Amino acid sequence: MHPLLAGKPGEQMLLLGNEAIVRGALEAGVAFATAYPGTPSSEVPLNFYQIKQETDLYFEYSTNEKVALEVAAGAAVSGLRTMVTMKHVGVNVAADPLMTLAYTGVNGGMVILTADDPSLFSSQNEQDNRFYARLAGLPMLEPTTPQEAKDMTIYAFALSEQLKLPVLLRTTTRINHSRGIVTLGEMVPRRIQGAFAKDPFSYVTVPAVSRTLHVKLLKKIDQALEEAERSSFNEIIGQGKWGIITHGVSLCYVRDALEELQVSGAFSVLKLGFSFPLPEKLIQQFLDRVEKVLVVEELEPIMEEAVQAAAQRSGRLIPIRGKGIGELGRLYENEPVRVKKSIAAYFDLNYQPLAPVDVADLPALPGRPPNLCPGCPHRSTFYAVKKVAGEDAIYPTDIGCYTLGILPPLSIADFVICMGSSASSAAGFARATDKPVIAFIGDSTFFHSGITGLINAFHNNHKFTLVILDNGTTAMTGHQPHPGVDAALLGQPNNQVSVEAVVRGIGIKMVTVVNPKKLKDTMAAVKKSLEFEGVSVIISQEICPLYAKRVQPPAKARTFTVSESRCKNHRDCVNLFACPAFYLENDRVKINENLCIGCAVCAQVCPEQAILPRK
Amino acid sequence: MDTKRIVFVGVGGQGNLLSSQVLGEAAMLAGLPVNVSEVHGMAQRGGVVESAVVMGGALSSIVSDGEADILLSFEPSETLRALAKCSQDSTVITNIVPLEPFTVAVGKGVYPDIKAALEQVKKKVKRLIALNANALAEQAGSAMAVNIVMLGALAQSGTLPLTREQFKAAMEKTIKKKLLEVNLKAFDLGYEAAAKL
Repeated sequence: MHPLLAGKPGEQMLLLGNEAIVRGALEAGVAFATAYPGTPSSEVPLNFYQIKQETDLYFEYSTNEKVALEVAAGAAVSGLRTMVTMKHVGVNVAADPLMTLAYTGVNGGMVILTADDPSLFSSQNEQDNRFYARLAGLPMLEPTTPQEAKDMTIYAFALSEQLKLPVLLRTTTRINHSRGIVTLGEMVPRRIQGAFAKDPFSYVTVPAVSRTLHVKLLKKIDQALEEAERSSFNEIIGQGKWGIITHGVSLCYVRDALEELQVSGAFSVLKLGFSFPLPEKLIQQFLDRVEKVLVVEELEPIMEEAVQAAAQRSGRLIPIRGKGIGELGRLYENEPVRVKKSIAAYFDLNYQPLAPVDVADLPALPGRPPNLCPGCPHRSTFYAVKKVAGEDAIYPTDIGCYTLGILPPLSIADFVICMGSSASSAAGFARATDKPVIAFIGDSTFFHSGITGLINAFHNNHKFTLVILDNGTTAMTGHQPHPGVDAALLGQPNNQVSVEAVVRGIGIKMVTVVNPKKLKDTMAAVKKSLEFEGVSVIISQEICPLYAKRVQPPAKARTFTVSESRCKNHRDCVNLFACPAFYLENDRVKINENLCIGCAVCAQVCPEQAILPRK
Repeated sequence: MDTKRIVFVGVGGQGNLLSSQVLGEAAMLAGLPVNVSEVHGMAQRGGVVESAVVMGGALSSIVSDGEADILLSFEPSETLRALAKCSQDSTVITNIVPLEPFTVAVGKGVYPDIKAALEQVKKKVKRLIALNANALAEQAGSAMAVNIVMLGALAQSGTLPLTREQFKAAMEKTIKKKLLEVNLKAFDLGYEAAAKL
């Protein structure tokens, strides 16, 4: 049985924040969950996907976040408890339905997880999704620990049903990917059968309807405010005259700092876990008992400005500061020393940080960036494209493992801003410059949001080549299925959507399907596509070797070796292809046979045919 | 007890996250408050993987520069890269077997002289425990068990209020049954090797 199902009430487990969220949803009787994966949220849907195999929970990986939210909206309006999970930038994709779903509201509890990523561990930006609560008018809960992530998830369902509004659960990487001791509770049974009562004047958002729904939403926000005022997730800790207002993981750093500085008695800390609407009465109460306030929050000064405004309204004009004090800024995540230094600076406390050892005299270290795996088909495709189109071409790329093509020597990534931007930005580059343009997109990203850009390109007669890197899975986030996946490999009944059929269905005239392990064919396809007057598509089809290892383990691979007699040390293999299975020994190239998967592409790269199957 | 902060560093594929999880479970079995932080997403792509365990009372799960009580490293150049996590009061426990990054193969970097560098490290911190974890892992029956050899050395170092048995109980809870025997052996070999240093 799945460990999150097997755990008994009262039992303690060392859970990741993401696992705690799943357990919380199960304890709350979640019946319906949808997601598009994205770090740091990915373990939430992964666990739902596993649990679905053992229970009557409905879960799907949806095509993108907008679709995930809309699918869940139908279920939640029909009365089911639903959960939708995504990373912070996923909410941008889902923002369109989100804004108006706030108007219609829901019947079954709906909890939307937005997993933010301060410090950009694995994201293209570090936007602060607390703004979405304010933009949409939806309540927001922000847990401090994995235990609280579970507790808040349970409460979020109840709150959502009480207000008939979706509730945003906002985490940051340090909540999602921290483990803590979590005490399990009772799981209530799932109600999996919904019912829809037709009521077009509540659900069909034509202008006349939405005008009244907006009024309703504002009333619900007032109700939510009352809940925030009495929520146990908002709490004043301590009796001191100095005040700190904080939330989320920063509360941990603040409390540790006060302990270590041995000043807890001098402080009052206002923790805001139910963070939108902000409980203004509680904030006023807090301001009345302290003389000076520091607001500790990551990214934007949202609480700081709100607290300053609240103080202005009540005329309690004490110093309230945050960003710019000590090391508190709008960039990157907080961490313990940053918070300690900032508290010490603002309240004039004595703090001598432990001096990190001096590393200036240590030798310079070689970089260790993440890299495309040995045998990765993306490397082969990139090599072939670069060989034909060279440095001159412009290479818009997209979000996935293949973004790692940015690294030398492949250096084949020129522009990426968001999921799907390759296929559409390529059109702009092609029109605005006289350069050849070759864009890259993965299969999952193509289904997520690349199709519309390609339709646009065909319709508007743009000229560029889109290479669809079809490795049969969503590799970057941990091999989740997507519409193009062969679901039979996973023992699932889902239908498979053919990338090629979609592309041909659009009407695109120049479509070539290649196996990137065959370099000559792939290079020929690139050449032919570049000559074509119009939008052309190359579908580069080869299963992700890491994924293959799991779902269709290949027969024992015949690994390759460099023949010492043939090798003339051109080093094209290392300098141009750069598979991580190569290494240098006594100035000669060798192949690590534990890493080599026998793809044989480097053998095609070598000008001396010196790379041969190991005997 | 005082809070203990342990930083784990290694290379994707070395089992960093499993070993920090085992330590977290061991602390929980010992009845200690514990938080673990992990950085996900790079493990399978050869990047640096860092995790941390904070036990004994602090609420934070990450460790700032200078604040690590223990740096446990599975790869010696990564020991050097992460050394700023340590102060002069820290204990460093490191594997000495290099895993060269591909940047070295493509001539974009030079792998340092580890022996000389570890001599420098020794002078900077309270204690350095350096061992050939790869050899011990292979001796235990799996080259993959470097992470657990290192845990054995950590258990022996006397830096944490956890018993050998608590570590083993945590391994039984966390590690798949068919891999358990090899890993228990790896743990013992790491423990014994550290005792001889």
